[in-house]
Amino acid sequence: MNPLVCVKRVVDSSSEVVLTEDGQGVDGRFAGFTTSAHEECAVELAVRIAADQGGGATVVTLGDADAVEQLRSALAVGCTAATHVLVDAQSLGPADVARELAAVVRDHEAAGTPHQLVLLGNDAADSGDHQVGIRLAHELGWPVVNGVSTVSVSDGTVTASGSGPDGHETYRVPLPAVVTVLEGGVEPRYPTVPGRMKAKKVPIEERQPVAEPVGPARVRLVLPPPSPSSVEVLGEGAAAAPAVVDLFERLGVLAR
Amino acid sequence: MIVVLVEVSPAGEAVETSREAITFARDLAAAGGGIPIDAVVVGAPDDSLVTVLASYGVRRVHALTGPAYDAFSGAAWATGVEHVRASAGAVVVMASGTPRGNEVLAHLGARAGVPMAANVVSFGGLSPFTVTRQVVGGAALEEMQLSQRPALFTVAGHTVEARPADAPGAGEVVVETPDVPDADLVARVVSTDEPEPDLSGTLKSARVVVGAGRGAGSAEGFDDLLELVDLLDASLGVSRVVTSLGWRPHHEQVGQTGSRISPDLYIPCGISGAIQHWAGCSTAKAILAINTDPDAPMVTKATHAVIGDLHEVVPAINAEIRRRRG
Repeated sequence: MNPLVCVKRVVDSSSEVVLTEDGQGVDGRFAGFTTSAHEECAVELAVRIAADQGGGATVVTLGDADAVEQLRSALAVGCTAATHVLVDAQSLGPADVARELAAVVRDHEAAGTPHQLVLLGNDAADSGDHQVGIRLAHELGWPVVNGVSTVSVSDGTVTASGSGPDGHETYRVPLPAVVTVLEGGVEPRYPTVPGRMKAKKVPIEERQPVAEPVGPARVRLVLPPPSPSSVEVLGEGAAAAPAVVDLFERLGVLAR
Repeated sequence: MIVVLVEVSPAGEAVETSREAITFARDLAAAGGGIPIDAVVVGAPDDSLVTVLASYGVRRVHALTGPAYDAFSGAAWATGVEHVRASAGAVVVMASGTPRGNEVLAHLGARAGVPMAANVVSFGGLSPFTVTRQVVGGAALEEMQLSQRPALFTVAGHTVEARPADAPGAGEVVVETPDVPDADLVARVVSTDEPEPDLSGTLKSARVVVGAGRGAGSAEGFDDLLELVDLLDASLGVSRVVTSLGWRPHHEQVGQTGSRISPDLYIPCGISGAIQHWAGCSTAKAILAINTDPDAPMVTKATHAVIGDLHEVVPAINAEIRRRRG
């Protein structure tokens, strides 16, 4: 059992977001980069499933040369193989990403290392498209389970569960399948020093994209207009408590 | 024609985000010269649901019924919605930006080979059809052209306030039983564990949320915050760092990868206001930030603020509430 897990190099948006001059992307030169949060959990699940089933998890990303950092991070926490589709990720729309991932799945199968399970984040932290996993499933003709936080495999069946509008929902789907993961079901492990060292030595399969991108249907990115600060400071420290409770009364939020 | 997928609560009511989506659709319909709006619901609607949808301007309610819809399957719902869209000749299909809404419309987009825009906040024009949507957790906006048909998009939660229409629609009900291929039913919910309901549900619907971040200091540092939660009959919401550190469970997380809340009052304590967190709380009607740093983004973006250590401020607030109650 060799699950494939897809990760995306995204700008670390814990600080201010800056756009590129052409308005076509987020400029990460000053903010730094990371892996989407949902995908960190997808990596953890892939590593656990591979260990449980006997096999290795392969991590794949689409991006420029720097995206190898995200592959090495996944290798450091237990993935055993990596594939890098060298491409300008900003030129891709969700359909392009799905098509490239499907090509990786098909080519690996033809090469004798099939992936019966593909894990992705439910949505990327930057583009927030909510659809790559579903489009990939359509490309492959596989079933897809979306937005789950726990995933396990047994006897050729994926059991996945997550929070739904009516309660905790469970899906059971035969392999092969695509599953998109939400943060919260597992705690991603931290890489160990030996893990990092080992990850540096893993050969990475480099690929070129198989098709011209259709693109993301993007006209441009813009920043929302800054809202003028109109904060009313009620005071400092404990002395502000009466003013705070006055505010609660004014807003009518004090429980009786 | 515009088709809006409407999600229905277990109690049979149109959920707020779906009513928001219809409200958004009305502006689009008006810009298009009065395009009719039809709703799609799963299951047979009762009269009160139809009345509410009509009051929002819905012309026709298409009810998807049959065993294929007994348990949720994104693919099956998409087949049903596509049946309605095709038979009615709709050019726009919309849903709210919920997990269900995004999933169903993504299936439609994949099948039709057209783009789908998630979390739209406004439309820029009809020719070409341009929408603006949230990206990077709302820290940036993307203008997208949906020039292919059908145009598919979901509406970000709380982008507009749900409000009935000036002129109600007819609210005619049409029962639809489209064929659903077996392949659509492979990935469907096989069980829903009701004893363990969506624990974030109370957080999402709370009128008041007390927030806590790294400033809480430790898992034991929540006692005063929980007392304030109790005094205000509120819910506790935390930042990602709090759940990452294991201080509180993930279902309490507010933010881009947690719950998105829209309470009357949000009280973030010791939360700096990183973009990921702001993405989950920016639609609160009022924000009272309690923070030692007067320049923290959460403080500058708040409506009210107290500058100070939450471990001093929150106990004093609790004591003041108790004192006034006698």
